[in-house]
Amino acid sequence: MAGLLAKERIIAGPGFNRWLVPPAALAIHLSIGMAYGFSVFWLPLSRAIGITQPVACPADMGFFARIFATTCDWKISTLGWMYTLFFVFLGSSAAVFGRWLEREGPRKAGVVAAFCWGGGFLMSALGVHLHQIWMLWLGSGVIGGCGLGLGYISPVSTLIKWFPDRRGMATGMAIMGFGGGAMIGSPLANLLMNHFKTPTSVGVLETFVAMGAIYFVAMLCGAFGYRLPPPDWRPAGWTPPAAQANAMITHRQVHVSQAWRTPQFWLLWTVLCMNVSAGIGVIGMASPMLQEVFGGKLIGIAGALKDLAEDQRVQVATIGAGFAALLSLFNIAGRIFWASLSDYLGRKRTYFVFFLLGMVLYSLAPFAGKIGSVPLFVAIFCVILTMYGGGFATVPAYLADMFGTLHVGAIHGRLLTAWSMAGILGPVLVNYIREFQIARGVPNAQAYNTTMYILAALLVIGFFSNLAVKPVAERYYMTDAELAAERQLAHEVAARKG
Amino acid sequence: MTTPGINDAWRPSPASWALVAVAWILVGIPLAWGIYKTLQTAVALFR
Repeated sequence: MAGLLAKERIIAGPGFNRWLVPPAALAIHLSIGMAYGFSVFWLPLSRAIGITQPVACPADMGFFARIFATTCDWKISTLGWMYTLFFVFLGSSAAVFGRWLEREGPRKAGVVAAFCWGGGFLMSALGVHLHQIWMLWLGSGVIGGCGLGLGYISPVSTLIKWFPDRRGMATGMAIMGFGGGAMIGSPLANLLMNHFKTPTSVGVLETFVAMGAIYFVAMLCGAFGYRLPPPDWRPAGWTPPAAQANAMITHRQVHVSQAWRTPQFWLLWTVLCMNVSAGIGVIGMASPMLQEVFGGKLIGIAGALKDLAEDQRVQVATIGAGFAALLSLFNIAGRIFWASLSDYLGRKRTYFVFFLLGMVLYSLAPFAGKIGSVPLFVAIFCVILTMYGGGFATVPAYLADMFGTLHVGAIHGRLLTAWSMAGILGPVLVNYIREFQIARGVPNAQAYNTTMYILAALLVIGFFSNLAVKPVAERYYMTDAELAAERQLAHEVAARKG
Repeated sequence: MTTPGINDAWRPSPASWALVAVAWILVGIPLAWGIYKTLQTAVALFR
């Protein structure tokens, strides 16, 4: 089994078609992308015991007693910790295991990710059966989170090596899958829960088992579809641009242990963190924001949201859900669009567009609300979400340009800690600022205005960080001897002989 | 360091394009279904 997964075994032979690698990467990213859609389980799980309605725990029950309690239902806020764990462990496992991935190859990493993600679902199913929330946190949150991190970075350096002529487009295709995973997973989970539910079960246990099995198989197919190009391979008819043609694309290599010591790494870390913080902030509040800003106008009647009747609020909430769905489409479209465009525009210029256009759009959003223009408001956030997705999808190619392709997967893994940080920073900023505004007597419909200006300020920080990115200093590059030793360690010499 | 001739010999075999089509269909169908379901929800915004 170990031989089957070894890096030497997956070096492609002549005639292999490089266009087979992106669907393999997509199979993995579409599977792990379900992490975004886990909220579909919260409501059914919150009445796993009561079935029709939640059974509340006694008010005097302590925190630990609630964790092990089998007679009362979990709160949605308790279940929501799984979501936090996903993104904390995604970032940290990608950072920790990135170096191992580069050494052992993408297939082994993909298989381990499949076991973690699929196994996490099975452990969660057992947790539902025994009604132990800690098993869901550990299964899906921690173990599944590690699968997310490994699965996310597993195809990055492979794709960059297969598509040196279109680095952005190649990684954009894979990372688009992560954005699209919930689009498949959420409706699939709803279908399965409806199929499996009975008068004595909400159907989540069986759904977890089924989805765990489906994702395990899909990820294994993806992992076994990975192939590495031989060292020094390049597409037929393509010659690398001369080194002096573009100083922002290096032809040399920086070791992962050196990369994070460079200012460029931390500048790009800040670029990603600011771009993602602003985007996550918007995603979290998109639906309530549209409803509160426009209220009854969304259904053609006058009045703020709080003044509407119950059935009118339901109509407005449906429109809010439609807005969130539309944003998710623009999020995935932006991943492939901007990443592909960056191949022509250059990575630095692409991020300049993100930050400049982003600043303008975030600052314009309160104006759209003030003049009551729903189409303008929706259009602004659709474009913003393309740049949120585009930021994720373009950064691996930016790293490859700056640090070379040898350790780009591992370097990308470490950079993803910026995502974990943004996952905390964005929502905290948005929620606290809004609550602060409302506490000071600002009407709900206007409470988002200051938030928008602060998110625009985050983009100013990102803009200047991107502006400061210059080619890596000579002393950080690997010498020829270090490169030869590294290739030996990374099994590339054996592959070359084989 | 470049392997002589490696890129000249490296043309995808004609049969590989059929495999490429199958692989893209396998990932494309669920993705298209997911996009369709999302569009069904998003359409509420335009009613």
